[in-house]
Amino acid sequence: METDWIWGLIGGGLIGLGGAVFLLGNGRIMGASGILGGLLDGSGRGNTAERIAFIAGVVLIPMIAVVFTSAEAQTHLTPNLAVVVIAGLLVGLGTRIANGCTSGHGVCGISRLSWRGLIATIIYILAGAATLAVLRHVWSLI
Amino acid sequence: MRLVLSFSAGGLFGLGLFLSGMTDTRKVQGWLDIFGNWDPTLAFVMGGAIIPMAIAWQLTRGRRPLVGGSFPTPPRQELDRRLVIGSVLFGMGWGLAGLCPGPAMASLSYGGTGGIVFMIAMAAGMIAAPPVVQRLDHTAAKA
Repeated sequence: METDWIWGLIGGGLIGLGGAVFLLGNGRIMGASGILGGLLDGSGRGNTAERIAFIAGVVLIPMIAVVFTSAEAQTHLTPNLAVVVIAGLLVGLGTRIANGCTSGHGVCGISRLSWRGLIATIIYILAGAATLAVLRHVWSLI
Repeated sequence: MRLVLSFSAGGLFGLGLFLSGMTDTRKVQGWLDIFGNWDPTLAFVMGGAIIPMAIAWQLTRGRRPLVGGSFPTPPRQELDRRLVIGSVLFGMGWGLAGLCPGPAMASLSYGGTGGIVFMIAMAAGMIAAPPVVQRLDHTAAKA
């Protein structure tokens, strides 16, 4: 749609605002994989409540927003559960090994001119594009 | 206060992901699909998010967080194996399904069974990561 980029900018602005609140308010970097991962592997024991509050916001606010929008919310995730499982495992493992994902390395890292954040972002975009190119256009699997 | 701010930050993040279309795997895969029908939306989302965030980093100078304590220390600049290997694995999974951790959580209420399966697999991957990291650090120290 032609208005997609406007919604992209608006939504992006809200994402950045969320990161700003988390940084200036709590003094913490808003990284989705770090906040969730620290909760799961026990490394974030010191601030469990803060992590749960953040995740509650991430899950609940879109749930409410969906009710107020006319367009139906759809993720269009592939129905192939084997692909979903493999992708989920790779995303979980990779983000914790690299210590960050799209929000941590991408948004929070690049905005503070972090070399590591920029390099990580370039690598995961290239790896994602290469994976899609091979599986979709060469092997026609996804 | 800390929890209210945390919930608000999460809420803004989730709402932003939903409104920007980033919980729609077609738009994310569209951005990564350079040989298909390329979709530039993700670049606008990234740009839109980086601007307020860059201002926030500027505002940290000479200040303290609202709830007290201190701001994160400046990032390390050197690259290591962990960053490269982890980012490659993450990118492969991201390309496969079009979901990353933030949107996976934000779409949990409307993503259906597939979304829940993705979350469980992602959680399993996250729990499996520390031993892998330890191994990577160990072999790096030996080399």
